Amino acid sequence: MALLFSKKVTKRFGGLVAVGDLDIEIREKSIHSIIGPNGAGKTTFFNCITGFYRPEEGEILFNDHSLVGLLPDRIVRLGISRTYQNIRLFPNLTAMENVLVGLHGHLNAGFFGIVLNTPATRKEEKEAAEEARRLLKFVNLAGKGDFLAKNLPYGDQRRLEIARALASRPNLLLLDEPTAGMNPKETQDMMDFIQRLRDELGITILLIEHQMRVVMGISEIVTVLDYGEKIAEGTPIEIQRNPKVIEAYLGRGSTGEESQAVS
Amino acid sequence: MRQAIKIGLIGGVVGILLSLIGMVEAFSQRDIIAHVISMGHTLLITVALFMGYLAAKRTPGKGSLRILSNSFLSGLLLAGMLALLVMAGSLINLRKVFINASPLLYSLLTFGLEKGIGALLLLVIGAMSGLLAGIFYLSPGILRRVLIISLGSIVSAGVLQDLLRPTFALWGPLAIINEWLFTANGLTVQGAIGLFILIAAFSLFWSRKGSAIQTGFRQLPPAPQRILKMAGIFILVFILLILPRVLGLFLSEVLTIVGLYVLLGLGLNIVVGYAGLLDLGYVAFFAIGSYTVAVLTSPELGFFSLSFWEALPFVIVMGVFSGVLLGTPVLKMRGDYLAIATLGFGEIIRILVLSDFLRPWLGGAQGIGKIPKVFIGGFEFAGPQQIYYLILAGCLLVIFISLRLRDSRLGRAWMAVREDEDVAQAMGINLVAAKLLAFATGAGFSALSGAIFATKLGSVYPHSFNVMISINIVCVIIVGGMGSIPGVIVGAAALVGLPELLREFAEYRLLVYGAVLVAMMLLRPEGLWPEALRRRELHGEKENEAESESSLKLKSG
Repeated sequence: MALLFSKKVTKRFGGLVAVGDLDIEIREKSIHSIIGPNGAGKTTFFNCITGFYRPEEGEILFNDHSLVGLLPDRIVRLGISRTYQNIRLFPNLTAMENVLVGLHGHLNAGFFGIVLNTPATRKEEKEAAEEARRLLKFVNLAGKGDFLAKNLPYGDQRRLEIARALASRPNLLLLDEPTAGMNPKETQDMMDFIQRLRDELGITILLIEHQMRVVMGISEIVTVLDYGEKIAEGTPIEIQRNPKVIEAYLGRGSTGEESQAVS
Repeated sequence: MRQAIKIGLIGGVVGILLSLIGMVEAFSQRDIIAHVISMGHTLLITVALFMGYLAAKRTPGKGSLRILSNSFLSGLLLAGMLALLVMAGSLINLRKVFINASPLLYSLLTFGLEKGIGALLLLVIGAMSGLLAGIFYLSPGILRRVLIISLGSIVSAGVLQDLLRPTFALWGPLAIINEWLFTANGLTVQGAIGLFILIAAFSLFWSRKGSAIQTGFRQLPPAPQRILKMAGIFILVFILLILPRVLGLFLSEVLTIVGLYVLLGLGLNIVVGYAGLLDLGYVAFFAIGSYTVAVLTSPELGFFSLSFWEALPFVIVMGVFSGVLLGTPVLKMRGDYLAIATLGFGEIIRILVLSDFLRPWLGGAQGIGKIPKVFIGGFEFAGPQQIYYLILAGCLLVIFISLRLRDSRLGRAWMAVREDEDVAQAMGINLVAAKLLAFATGAGFSALSGAIFATKLGSVYPHSFNVMISINIVCVIIVGGMGSIPGVIVGAAALVGLPELLREFAEYRLLVYGAVLVAMMLLRPEGLWPEALRRRELHGEKENEAESESSLKLKSG
């Protein structure tokens, strides 16, 4: 069953077609990767889903809700959350507060409830703090809740960003290059972690990734974009053999060490 | 070596500048310690000490001889430049250009001695100051702290003597302190020495034992800890309550002015400090609060004559409403664009109030007078000593609300918007609601401050609400520490209170103000009392609890 559909989504910047006529179907509880050379429109597509950009044409449906034209804060409440290619935490807030901000949409306390510190507010805050701690523990950041986000090491920041995204209780999690800048060991840990997200929490994962080892290792379906258009889709094995993909990545007639990166 | 020469010469330029703009001369009228050292000399020696310290700090390598010679050299050069000024002044008449280059200045610089000997003494003192600063740099940290605190207190006592003396005089037994500590001009020698020993002993004790006392306090079981904390709060409240009685009329007046700025600062702190929306038109809400009270209560206009308390809800509603009104058109703006747009809003309000069009309702340039005082039962908040309580209550209320908001869902939403607006929105924060709420809350606090201001003065005029007030409040927040509540109080005391206390040097007020702002931004950009420190302390214990309780809904593999 498809969780997210996109039909003929097109996003242009001036004359440039960043995403053109894109049809994608993301099955529930799958790990789905989008790959493609730089500038292929992968992140632009993410931005269309999360409401940062409004596509000029086409339709995006999530659980039968249309997402086009909704503001990002509405979309996250529907159950789509994301991380960023270059980590975008709230640097001067603590790790704990970062996660609590992720919970924002699930809290209801209003101005007067807060000022009067009503029992409902207190209960809600207490539960929110507990949930935030659980999430920190889940991403292996237990005990680091007091650190300012900017003072955490790189790998911790990546995982904190995921914890923050998880706090909004998503059904669909968009991860934009979660292993960028990681060494092989950290990359492996991240892959295991992404699989745990799906297996244990039942979250559907849409992944942008450059490291072929990750893409081929964990995804069930891979979509390949080039110049904003889908050029191939299938299981990792099918993609590896697809001549169009090899051409897009390496150019016509390329051989040698680079082609090993794909295969 | 090159560094030391550079620093010495810079110091010399600063010294000459201070002399030629007349600060040294003006300050010399007051003695820090009677007949020993004047404020003007203290100023110059402070410059020499600072430069000597800087020269020592900038010395590459660790050789103490090298460090000392460098600081010595910078002090010597600084004094040398001043000696050159004296020499130049005796050869040509500098007064045509620099009106402050008077014979009095030269005699101050040469300590009233004959020029040659005086200049020599100047060189010696400069070099010694530099050397002392070098020694100071090399001495252990604890000694440095004690010296700075105790010397700083002597200088402060000397500078603020005109305020301390009448204050002590109000209190029978304390009046003895006056005779022991002060002469008509400056501290007595034994007073200065006594004060030095007292403060030094205390600060030495505190730096030795302070941390031990603090950890001891933390190790106490929760119940006595809470009792001690409550006792601390009780003492603080008690001090706050008796403050105007202790301080007398003039200082209470200063306190009320500082208090109004604290109220304003706390409001703007929500807009700028929490939500990161740089609002330069903040004075508009202050004006709206003042005018709402004036229109509703003053019999001069004759529309309404409500009491202050009846008018207050309208004031808050007007403030909140105008906050939303300002907020709506500028929702999409960020950073500098927002600052300019809000600056415009502030001016619009002032000019509207001045306009002939609204004159029948708002009184135009003449303003509105005869605003009645505030009463609770039979108690009249008449003078500053009474209005202080009104402001104190306002501040406490606003601090309370600010604290509650800061640690809530809304406070976190504001801070997320401050840190990264796009991501905040992607995390489910409604930007429109968050920003408008910040503007509205800040405006409400500001209007409250304006209302108290109006009853304090008894009249309102358009020119009380110029753009400098907005700028001042922004400065208070930045100097105090963005987003920090104690920072606002410290900032208001430093930027509003001190200039009020040092009115006799009002000529140099803006110069010093500017210099302090530049120095602050260079040396301590996070502000006098930054927020992060506190937050770390606060959350410290909570997190440990988190680790011990490990009920986990999400299984951790």
